Amino acid sequence: MIEIIDAERCTSCDICVNVCPTNVFDKTGGIPVIARQGDCQTCFLCELYCPEDALFVSPFADEPQQVDLAALKQAAAMGSYRRAVGWTDETSDRRGIDRSYLLFGH
Amino acid sequence: MTNQSIRAERTFSAAGSVEFDADVLVIGGGPAGTWAAIGAAERGARVVLADKGFCGTSGATAAAGTGVWYVDPDPALREAAMANREKMGGYLQDRRWMARVLDRTYDRSNQLADWGYPYPVDGNGKAQRNSLQGPEYMRLMRKRTKQAGVTILDHSPALELLVDEDGAVAGATGERRQKHDRWTVRAKAVVIATGGCAFLSKTLGSNVLTGDGYLMAAEVGAEFTSMEFSNPYAISTAFGSVTKTLFFGWATFTYEDGSVVPGAASKGGRSAIARALLQGPVYARLDKADGDVQQHMRASQPNFFLPFDRTGIDPFTDRFQVTLRLEGTVRGTGGLRIVNDDCATSVSGLYAAGDAATRELICGGFTGGGSHNAAWAMSSGGWAGQGAADYARQIGPATRRSLSGAGTVALRENANRPFNPADLTRAVRDEVVPYELNYFREAGRLGGSLRRLDALWAEASSADAANASDVLRAREGAAMLATARWMYRSALARQESRGMHRRDDFPDQDDRQRHYITSGGLDEVWTAFRPHAAAAYAEAAE
Repeated sequence: MIEIIDAERCTSCDICVNVCPTNVFDKTGGIPVIARQGDCQTCFLCELYCPEDALFVSPFADEPQQVDLAALKQAAAMGSYRRAVGWTDETSDRRGIDRSYLLFGH
Repeated sequence: MTNQSIRAERTFSAAGSVEFDADVLVIGGGPAGTWAAIGAAERGARVVLADKGFCGTSGATAAAGTGVWYVDPDPALREAAMANREKMGGYLQDRRWMARVLDRTYDRSNQLADWGYPYPVDGNGKAQRNSLQGPEYMRLMRKRTKQAGVTILDHSPALELLVDEDGAVAGATGERRQKHDRWTVRAKAVVIATGGCAFLSKTLGSNVLTGDGYLMAAEVGAEFTSMEFSNPYAISTAFGSVTKTLFFGWATFTYEDGSVVPGAASKGGRSAIARALLQGPVYARLDKADGDVQQHMRASQPNFFLPFDRTGIDPFTDRFQVTLRLEGTVRGTGGLRIVNDDCATSVSGLYAAGDAATRELICGGFTGGGSHNAAWAMSSGGWAGQGAADYARQIGPATRRSLSGAGTVALRENANRPFNPADLTRAVRDEVVPYELNYFREAGRLGGSLRRLDALWAEASSADAANASDVLRAREGAAMLATARWMYRSALARQESRGMHRRDDFPDQDDRQRHYITSGGLDEVWTAFRPHAAAAYAEAAE
C-alpha cells in the first residue's frame, strides 16, 4: 500500500491524485494527503508517475507497514521502479528492453 | 491531429451535474475501451469515454506486463497458434473468430509501432511484438484517445444505463468522484468495456474490476455466456499484489518442512498448489532460472521484483510464502454474450469489448490471461467502437428522446432496510474466494453458496437506495453478487470438468457437453444451452 508522500520532495503537482486508479489521494492546495489508504491496490502506478520520486508504495498489499523515510531515501528505494522501467531521462533506454519473447513458451 | 469538430458537445445541465451529447459512450478506459473510443472516433462519431479511475492507469493491463497473441501472417504459424490451445480450452473456441482476431491483432500491434510504442528488437534485428509493458502501452493509448478527439471523463464511474422508450440503450449516468457531482451522457450507442470481475482480490491492478458493466447490462436485459469459466487463481507472494504466472514456471513449490509439493507447477499444476494451501502454507523459490533467465525477467517485468527487493528476499535463492489470488472473470472467459461481428450484445444500442465480453470465441474455457485477452481487447475494442459508431449513424440526427435510468439495486428508494455495502461485499467474497467453493466445485457446495447468494440478492434488491457517499461501493457489491450468481448457476449447469471449470463430482470432460451455457437475470437467474459453432455447422450440412 501507499505509505508515504515525502513533503521535502513533493511539489504539490497533484499528478498522483489524478493518476491513482482507485482515488486514494486527496488534493489539499498544498501537499496531497493519503485519504483512503485502504482502497490502495498496490499497483505502484502513483510511484511510477511521480516526477519527483516523492512516493513510496510498500509491497504489502493487505496491511499498512511502518516505513523509515530516511532509510528509504538512503537506499534510493524511492523512484527505483521508475528508473527500472525507463521513465527517467537517465534510464530511458530501458523502455525498449523487454525480453519477454525469450521467456515465452517455457 | 486533434479533430475538434467531432467532439461530444457539453450541454446545459442543472447545478451539481454535467451533461454531454455524444454519438458513442464508452464505459471503461483500459485497452478495450481506448481501442473502442478510437475506433468510433475514426468512423466520425462524437465520443465520450468514462473511466471509473484514470484512463491510462485503470485496469488489469496498465499495472502489468502482458503477452500479446501476435502471430506473423504465415498460414502454418497461424494454424499452429490456433491449434495449440484448443485442448486446453475444452474445444469451445470458434476458428473463424480466432482467425479474425489474429488478423486484427497483427494490424493493431503494427499500428502501435507506428505510433511510437518502443517494441524491442531481437539479436537478428527483428522487432518483437508479442509483449507489451502495461504502463507504457496505456500511457500511449490515453494520448491517442485524446488525439482522436475523444472526451475523457476520469474518476467517473457509471452507475446506470439510460434507455429510450423502446428499451434501446441511449447513454448512462454516474458520478465524478473528485468533483463530487454527477455526469450524464446522452448517446446513441454505448460500449461496455469495464473489464471482468476479480472480487477485490488485489490481484495486480484488478480492484477497479468489480463487474460494474455486467450489472448495468443485466439491468437492460443483456445475456452472458461461459460464466462457469470464472475460477482462475494467480500465484503471488503471500503478502503482495504482483502476480506473474509465467515467471513461476521456474519455481519449485514446497511445504513448510521443505519437501516438494507433488505435482505443483505454475502451468498444469496449480490445483496441487491450491490443495496444499488448504492444508497449510506453501513456499516457492525460482531456483530453476539460470543467470540469463534471471536477467531477462528483470528486464521484462521490473515490478515483479518490487515485493522481493523491498523486503530483502532473493527469489532465486530464498524461499518465500505464496498464495493464490482469485482472478474471476478477468482471466476467466465468461462475460457479455456477443451476437455479431460488431461485438453487439443482445440489447439494441449496447456493445461489449475486452474482458467485459466473453472470450469463449478465441479461448473456449481457458485463458492464461495476457496473450489472448490482450489480443481480444485490441480486436473487440475496435470492432465494438466501429459497430457502435455505425449504429449511431443509422439512428440519424439527434432527436431529443425521452430517456430513463435502467438502474435498480442500490439506486431506488424502497423505504426499507438501509443498504450496507461493506457487509454485502464481505458476504460475496466469502462465497467466491475460498478454493473449496470456487476452484474445486461440487453440486452440494455450489447449491449451498447459491442459496446464500440468492438470499443476499433478495435482501440487497429490497434495501433502500444507498446514500451518495456509499452508492459506488453499493453498486460494486451488487455487481459482484450478481456475477457470483451467474457464475455458480452456470457452474451447476455444466456437469463435467472442461477448461478451467472443474467439478469434483464430474471430474471428466463429457463429449455431449461441448456446448455453451448462456445465463442472465437478476431477481431470477437462468441458464440455457447453446450449441458450439462446429455442431451448428455440422447440423446445417446434414
